[in-house]
Amino acid sequence: MIASLLAAAGDFVAPVADYHALAPEIVLAAGICLVLLVDLFVEERQRWITSTLAGFVLLGAFIPVVTLAVIGGDVRNGLGGDVLDGRYVIDEYALILKALFLIAGYVVVLMSSDEIESGRYHQGEYYVLLLTSVLGMVMMASSRDLISIFVALEFLSIPAYMLAAWNKRNSKGNEAGMKYYLLGVFASAIMLYGMSLLYGVTGTTLLSEIGPAITANGQFSGIEALAVVFIVVGFAFKVSAVPFHQWAPDVYEGAPTPITAFLSVASKAAGFVALTTLVFLAFPLASDVYQPFIWVLSAASMTVGNLLALRQTNIVRMLAYSSISQGGFILMPLTVAGEAGVGESALKAVVVYLVVYAATNLGAFAVVIAVAKKTRSGDISSFGGLFSYAPALGVLMTVFLASLAGIPPLGGWFAKFGAFKAVLDAGTNWGYSIAIIAALNTVIAAAYYITVMREIWMKPVPDGDVTPIRTPSSIQAALVITCGATIVLGVLPDLVGRFGDLSDLTGALGR
Amino acid sequence: MLINNFLLLGAVLFCIGVYGVIARKNAVMVLMSIELILNSVNINLLAFSQLHDNVDGNTFALYIIAVAAAEVGVGLAMVLLIYRNRKSISLDELSEMKG
Repeated sequence: MIASLLAAAGDFVAPVADYHALAPEIVLAAGICLVLLVDLFVEERQRWITSTLAGFVLLGAFIPVVTLAVIGGDVRNGLGGDVLDGRYVIDEYALILKALFLIAGYVVVLMSSDEIESGRYHQGEYYVLLLTSVLGMVMMASSRDLISIFVALEFLSIPAYMLAAWNKRNSKGNEAGMKYYLLGVFASAIMLYGMSLLYGVTGTTLLSEIGPAITANGQFSGIEALAVVFIVVGFAFKVSAVPFHQWAPDVYEGAPTPITAFLSVASKAAGFVALTTLVFLAFPLASDVYQPFIWVLSAASMTVGNLLALRQTNIVRMLAYSSISQGGFILMPLTVAGEAGVGESALKAVVVYLVVYAATNLGAFAVVIAVAKKTRSGDISSFGGLFSYAPALGVLMTVFLASLAGIPPLGGWFAKFGAFKAVLDAGTNWGYSIAIIAALNTVIAAAYYITVMREIWMKPVPDGDVTPIRTPSSIQAALVITCGATIVLGVLPDLVGRFGDLSDLTGALGR
Repeated sequence: MLINNFLLLGAVLFCIGVYGVIARKNAVMVLMSIELILNSVNINLLAFSQLHDNVDGNTFALYIIAVAAAEVGVGLAMVLLIYRNRKSISLDELSEMKG
């Protein structure tokens, strides 16, 4: 038995794998095991080590992303094309999004370390789940196949369900976890049904082969339309687009605040990444189906999200509805993605918006965490007179809110500019109408962002308690990173605008 | 046997599953309904895999089975958590947060 195995082993040829191209994933996977082990052997009062270690793992995974970007060129062939067959691709689009997910994960670790340490339980497990979720997102950025998209989606979602229910003695935490879990799983089941139909029609799971095969019989069939709609619905749940948004505010309120920031930025961005990849690679010929559908999702998300945000009194719920409305803006370029000649600027607009939105929203949540440490309250009125006793936090919050509202010269302005440019370039009625709706919504959104600013600058301190806030150094670091990114991306937008070239994404079609 | 029979079975299971998710108030019943949807997907994938005579569908179905097991593990843990805190797993009572 063993002799025959050994004899056969002589013929074994190891598959060619480019370990450099896969290094971010490998570092993360090894880091997850390391954090888990360290957590086992370290005493209770030294558990802060796990948080430091998690931060280093994320930065360590960031190094190969940078080296891959510096090498440039056609790294995707480096994977040994025969092994993965274009199903897992490392191109510039993937690299910029991997960098986004890793940095966002690092900022969330910085925001968590104080809160989770002073809180109650299970630091080690918290960081293991967080890193696992980031690994799923990093995989999502490279996935170009229905199977790998599905696996990456579950990889990032399942740990997120557990993180949302982290306050396990708190009934709001339970409710948040259960709602997120049930709706998330239901959405992925619907999406899977769509994927099974898509596989049935085209006979392949590779996105670049599905694309040309989708109208192979000359006409667009009903089953193809059904498949596209089901898949888009599945991801609409993930990115909390209206009318599939009901879970978002409740989950954001019940989860620990650093996790809320993580869900509203990284998890949402991963959903958009998958949707963008599918729209550009798998559905280019199905634009008649997805364009009106995404148009409705985008217009409804902006409008409903904004109108509901106007009447919120809790800052986290307000940011939740604001993130639903920002999601509408990110969907906006996708409504014209199928028009001739607009594809590139639409893709660029989505990527730039995701990066800028991540920096700005994470920063806003970092300020909320810092302020809530003193006020122990989530009300918008608890920000009253913030500038008088914590001028730095007041100014930073103003910067982040102004960027969310799209006021120049901050990053949010450039992101919105790119989104408007993409839909206007298309020159179709769909494009013009969504641009008008978006312009109206920009004005409505400014109203509730300015309400918070008015509290910070003009209102008196609610209970007259003006002792300064002691911000932990980890949150200070998170604020520096996010504020720096918000301002730099606004002043020097070319930094990120260079990336996400459509030629690289569609280059996979040629394989 | 026609492929239609398998697809019909898949579609019926899918509809029962969606109905269950929407209509049931018991968390465990909702979990079981979601499993029904996932199994309808598996039937579809296996039938199409046979039709196209390639293994992509079979591979996909294997992944779905494995991931569904992990999902149910997390889901049942969460149901248990809620039962410990509230002595009830009715989803109607999970409506503390509104607005």
